[in-house]
Amino acid sequence: MTASMSRMERRFAALKEENRAALVTFVTAGDPDYDNSLNTLLGLPAAGADVIELGMPFTDPMADGAAIQLGSQRALNNGQNMVKTLQMVCELRKQDQDTPLVLMGYYNPVYRYGVDKFLQEAAEAGVDGLIVVDLPPEHDDELCIPAREVGIHFIRLATPTTDARRLPGVLNNTSGFLYYVSSTGVTGAAAPTPEKVQAEVEAIRAHTDIPIGVGFGIRTPEQAARIARFADGVVVGSALVDCIANAESPAAGTEAVLALTRDLAASIRTARQ
Amino acid sequence: MSTNTSLRQGPDASGFFGRFGGRFVAETLMPLILDLQAEYEKAKQDPEFHAELEKLQKDYVGRQTPLYLAERLTEALGGAKIYLKREDLNHTGAHKINNCLGQILLAKRMGKKRIIAETGAGMHGVATATVAARFGMECVIYMGSTDIHRQQPNVQRMKLLGAEVIPVTSGTGTLKDAMNEALRDWVTNVDNTFYIIGTVAGPHPYPALVRDFQSVIGEETKAQLMEKEGRLPDTLVACIGGGSNAMGLFHPFLDDESVRMIGVEAGGEGLDKRHAASLKGGEPGVLHGNRTFLLQSEDGQIQDAHSISAGLDYPGIGPEHAWLHDIQRVEYVAVTDEEALEGFKALCKYEGIIPALESSHAIAHVLKLAPTLPKDHIIVVNLSGRGDKDMVTVTEHLAAELAK
Repeated sequence: MTASMSRMERRFAALKEENRAALVTFVTAGDPDYDNSLNTLLGLPAAGADVIELGMPFTDPMADGAAIQLGSQRALNNGQNMVKTLQMVCELRKQDQDTPLVLMGYYNPVYRYGVDKFLQEAAEAGVDGLIVVDLPPEHDDELCIPAREVGIHFIRLATPTTDARRLPGVLNNTSGFLYYVSSTGVTGAAAPTPEKVQAEVEAIRAHTDIPIGVGFGIRTPEQAARIARFADGVVVGSALVDCIANAESPAAGTEAVLALTRDLAASIRTARQ
Repeated sequence: MSTNTSLRQGPDASGFFGRFGGRFVAETLMPLILDLQAEYEKAKQDPEFHAELEKLQKDYVGRQTPLYLAERLTEALGGAKIYLKREDLNHTGAHKINNCLGQILLAKRMGKKRIIAETGAGMHGVATATVAARFGMECVIYMGSTDIHRQQPNVQRMKLLGAEVIPVTSGTGTLKDAMNEALRDWVTNVDNTFYIIGTVAGPHPYPALVRDFQSVIGEETKAQLMEKEGRLPDTLVACIGGGSNAMGLFHPFLDDESVRMIGVEAGGEGLDKRHAASLKGGEPGVLHGNRTFLLQSEDGQIQDAHSISAGLDYPGIGPEHAWLHDIQRVEYVAVTDEEALEGFKALCKYEGIIPALESSHAIAHVLKLAPTLPKDHIIVVNLSGRGDKDMVTVTEHLAAELAK
C-alpha cells in the first residue's frame, strides 16, 4: 500500500490482504428524506459497508427497477437535489476518512448542474468515484476523462452482453473497480446462478487487474456470501432500498438498512473460510 | 445548392447532429444498438429490402398518399395556397406506419421474434401492433396509465390486433414513462426482442433510421408538387412532438434554400404554464439515449409535458430538430391547446376532414400564417393523422358548441 493510492485503491488492497470481498451498499441520497437518509449514510461504515454507493436521484432511471425508481421519487418529493447530495458527502467525511464513496446515477442531473462545477465540488466533498449508467465508453469525453483529471474514479458497468469486442473499450479508462452487472435487465431483477456469474467474472479477470464488484439481484446474506467467494466486491442495492420502502417510519427504515448491512457484512466476512 | 454543405448528411459516426444526439445508454444496450446500426447499414444497400418495403407501402399502407389542394380553406384564409399531405389516409390512420414497416423488416432480417414499443396517443402502438400481426410476431406495447384512460379506442384496437398492452404506472404514467419501461424490457430481453421506437429520438441510430423511413413523405411531396405546380413549395408546416412526421416532410427539402420550414410544438396552456414545447420552453439535456432539448427543472429532473394531444405530450424532441433549431434552418413555433382546437374545427368545417389533434397544431399555425402571405405562395401542411381517436377529448372541450 502506498501513499499515492486512492482511498478506493487502499480499501480494496486492504481487503485483499484480509482475503475477503468488499460489501458495497447502495442507497439513494435523500430517501426518504434528507435527515433520515443522512443518518443511514453516517451509520453505514460502522455497520460494515466497505464501499458506499450513494444514488443521485433522477426522475427517469431507465436502467433501474421499481424499487430504486420509487426511492428516487421519495427523495425528490422531499426536496432532494444535487447540492444536498454533495452536502451529505461532506457530512460523511467529517467523521469518516477511510470509506470510499461512489455517486451513482444518470447523466442529466450532472450535465444540468455543469460537469466542471459538479466535479470540482464532488472532489472537494470527498467523492471517490462515479457510476453514471447512461455514459458508455463511446461518451468518455463527457465525464469520464474530466473526472479522472480531478482524481475521481469512473467506474464502468460490464454486463453479460459485453462481448470480447467491447470489453477492452469498457475496461479502458475504468478505475477503482469494475461493476459487473450479473444479469441483463434492471436493478432488483432475479439473480442468476453463482456458477454462471463466477465463470463470467473469471473471463473478465483475464483482461484486467482492477477489482471486480458484482451486483444486480443480490438480496440476502446467503446470496452475498456465494458471490463473495470469488468476487472482489458484492453490491447490494434494491434490498436495502426496500428496507426503507417497507419501514413503518423513516427512523425504522434507517435501522432496517443498517441491520441488513450488518448481516450482509457478517456473511461476507466468513464467506471464504 | 452545393454538395459539400448539404444539411442531409447527418448524423456523424457517433450519432451526433451538431451537439445533439449520441448514444447515451446503459452498457447492456450498447451491443444491441451497434448490431442494429450494422444491420441497417446493410439493409440500406440491399435492393431487396427496398423492394419489399416499397411493395408493402403501396399495397398494404396505400401509398402514395395524396397531396390535396385545400381550396375552401385557402379561400377562407384569403392568402397562400394550401396543400395538405394526406398521411391521415394511410392504413392505421397516421404516418406512424411508414416507420413501423421499415423497422419490422429490420427485425425480420435480424431474426427477432418479439416486438416491443412505447406509445402515447396510441397511434404508434396501433401501427406497431398492425405490422407485428402482419408478420406474425409477438407484440408488447407499453402505454402510460394516464394515456390508456384518455385513448381507449386505440387500446382496444391494439388488443384486437393481438398485442399485449401493458399499463405503465411508474413516474407520471405518460409517454416518457412508457419509453422507460420499454427500455427496461429491452435490457431484460436482449436476445429475442426488437424495440420499434416511434419517433426520431432515442439513441443513435434510431433518429436517423426513423427519419429515413419517414422521408417518403417529403419525397412524395416534392414529386407531387412538381407535377401540380412545376416548382418547389415556399413553406412547409408540420406539428412536432418527438418530430417524426415533421422530419419526414422536411428532410428531403433541407438543401432547398428557398423552402421555409416551420415546426409547430404543442404550447399547451401557454409557454408560461403547462406545455410540451421542448425547444421553445426547454433546455439541453440527456434523456432516453440522446442529448436534446428537454423540459426539465433547474436540478435536471424531467418535467411533465402537457398537451391536449397525447401524441405531442413528450418532454423531449428529436436531436436533429434540436440541431436544425441551433443552426436556424427550421423555425419552431408553439400553438396552444385552444388554438389547436380552432385548427381542428377549421379543417372539419372547410374541408370535411377530421384531423388528429396533433396535426391540428400545424393547421392552427397555418390559420395565422396563410392570411399574411400572397396568393402565389404555396404552403404544404403535413396532415399527419386522422382525428377519430380524439373524439372523446374534442367532445369534452367543445361540449358547449356541440350542444347547440
